[in-house]
Amino acid sequence: MTAATTIDPVDTAMVDRSPAEQDTILDIRNLQVFYATPTGDVRAVDNVSFKVQRGEIIGLVGESGCGKTTTAMAILRLVQPPGRIAGGEINLDSVNLADLEGDDLRETRWTKLSLIPQGAMNSLNPVMRISSQIKDTIRTHEGRISNRELKDRILQLLQLVGLPSRVYDMYPHELSGGMKQRACIAMAIALDPVLVIADEPTSALDVVVQRVVGETLLDVKERLGVSMIVIGHDMGLMAQLVDRLAVMYAGRIVEFAPVESIFNEQFHPYTQLLIESIPSIKEKKPLKLTEGLTHDLRTHMQGCIFQLRCPHVMDICREENPPMRALRSRHETACHLYDDDGVRLH
Amino acid sequence: MAPLLDIKKATKIYGGGMLSAGPVTVALQDYDLTIEEAPATITTIAGESGSGKSTLANLVLGFTDLTSGQIIYRGRDLAEMTAQERMDYRREVQAVFQDPYAVYNPFYRVKHVFDLIIRNFKMASGKAEARDMIEDALNVVGMRGEEVLEKYPHQLSGGQRQRMMMARAYMLKPKLIVADEPVSMVDASLRAMILDIMLRLRDEEGMSFLYITHDLSTAYQIGDHIYLLYQGSVAESGEAAAVIENPKHPYVQLLLDSIPVPDPSVKWGGDEATTIDDEEMRVSVDSGCRFYPRCTQRMDRCLEATPVPFPVGANNHNASCFLYDEEEKVLV
Repeated sequence: MTAATTIDPVDTAMVDRSPAEQDTILDIRNLQVFYATPTGDVRAVDNVSFKVQRGEIIGLVGESGCGKTTTAMAILRLVQPPGRIAGGEINLDSVNLADLEGDDLRETRWTKLSLIPQGAMNSLNPVMRISSQIKDTIRTHEGRISNRELKDRILQLLQLVGLPSRVYDMYPHELSGGMKQRACIAMAIALDPVLVIADEPTSALDVVVQRVVGETLLDVKERLGVSMIVIGHDMGLMAQLVDRLAVMYAGRIVEFAPVESIFNEQFHPYTQLLIESIPSIKEKKPLKLTEGLTHDLRTHMQGCIFQLRCPHVMDICREENPPMRALRSRHETACHLYDDDGVRLH
Repeated sequence: MAPLLDIKKATKIYGGGMLSAGPVTVALQDYDLTIEEAPATITTIAGESGSGKSTLANLVLGFTDLTSGQIIYRGRDLAEMTAQERMDYRREVQAVFQDPYAVYNPFYRVKHVFDLIIRNFKMASGKAEARDMIEDALNVVGMRGEEVLEKYPHQLSGGQRQRMMMARAYMLKPKLIVADEPVSMVDASLRAMILDIMLRLRDEEGMSFLYITHDLSTAYQIGDHIYLLYQGSVAESGEAAAVIENPKHPYVQLLLDSIPVPDPSVKWGGDEATTIDDEEMRVSVDSGCRFYPRCTQRMDRCLEATPVPFPVGANNHNASCFLYDEEEKVLV
């Protein structure tokens, strides 16, 4: 049991550091994404709401199938049939992306929000030079620009992500995994977007390269003041990278807090499980085993979504869905185990 | 008694054949490894992408042949085995692969993977016996036959599929299981379950593992011995706990410093990480230490000769780095 009842000084320090509330650039409200199947809709994302402030990195963690990538795809309006956005709002700079169609949508993508895809090494065109691919992106959105200006701009981008200028004339196969990933970061920030979504940006890379890519992301955020949503399941990487962390389970956010606060104390049993299962290199500890499976996402679950796997399940959990409540300053959790001050009831 | 697996001076070079004029890639160079028959151990092979760890797995599993050197299994050289010996070897050395999605044929029910090996190795005399064997193997990994066997691969989760691969390997009662990144594609919460199965098979069934990974934290949690590869040669080796708690080779230190600490107040430690691209690394050092281009403590002599393993601690803790050459220190 890691939930401490004392309020750590970290909590108060956090309020000062947070960007002003009015600087919200992304406001997601009750987002629902369903996938149609012959036996009913799979509720992949169910009533997810959160805000992203200017210049902050939000982490989205959870196991495979919890809806984190689907959430990101919905923000980009890239959900493909049989999937559909079934409800909710995605407000980016006070424009609801869920309502955009056609050219409006096309213009918003990449100029305002861009994507660093999962397995970025495979997302580059193998028969185009890195420079041509970035040129394409810029020309498509900004029209004719002189070659000279374009080249300067691309070299600047490469420099920004720490790539040598000779990469300009190289093909993807000539680059290592980490360099390709950084080329993708360069492309994502080419049009100076307000929001970059990075889907598992380092999952296929080894630790040293992962660190270089992680540091590049942080550096880009510092210099451009861009907001990011980073999707992943490596809690260690999240601790290093993000400002606030959202823990997702079965299509819902179960805990959302500043990263210091969430590593300091976890309220939701699933978050506790995630933190406990981080393998350590400092001390040998017995392996933490978890039993149970996620419920079938096609059926609407009565009560809490985590009840089948929760070690502390109570009667109320089977009846009522716990609402998100702030148990600490800016630290929200959806769990019946605590009262409004975050004191454990049972 | 001969060791279970004895790898001597194993070298694997890709390319450089009659038709290819390009430079060769040395994937593994003068590699030595010994796994004793008893007690069963988990030997970890760790290193970054391109360090040669998967080449090693392919060599041990017999998918590719050595350029030079020997792999000796219980006293018999792999290259000289007769067909029957080879068949026995294939049965006693099993594999669990990285991607639990790609190893199944999507057109067959998952039962198929068990039926195949029972047929190939003529393990059961009848259907009832086969059924019992499968059930027994599934129980070891905490699954029940009636729940999973009739399903298709896409109906199972990644963790379930990987556990079934463990069950499949276990069913053959192998002496050695080569596990190539078995948990890298499985969720954190299910990772522990797979690792626990490995520990139980080691302790209860006496099966040894060659655990290939780039994740040093799991190596630390379950590994007995560890070999850290850097571009095909061993940088450091020894008991897993000793090496990870007290790394000596500059590369291993960099590797451990780069593991993100699950604590937001502790930022990435050590020196600024540097990487250079693959081609540059491969050709930058013809002789001498391969880590030279990235090393922060490099010396002139690192370019002149290739460092051999020097003892740096108890229980065969060795690091291939001239920093630990005691004789040289005396001379200086």
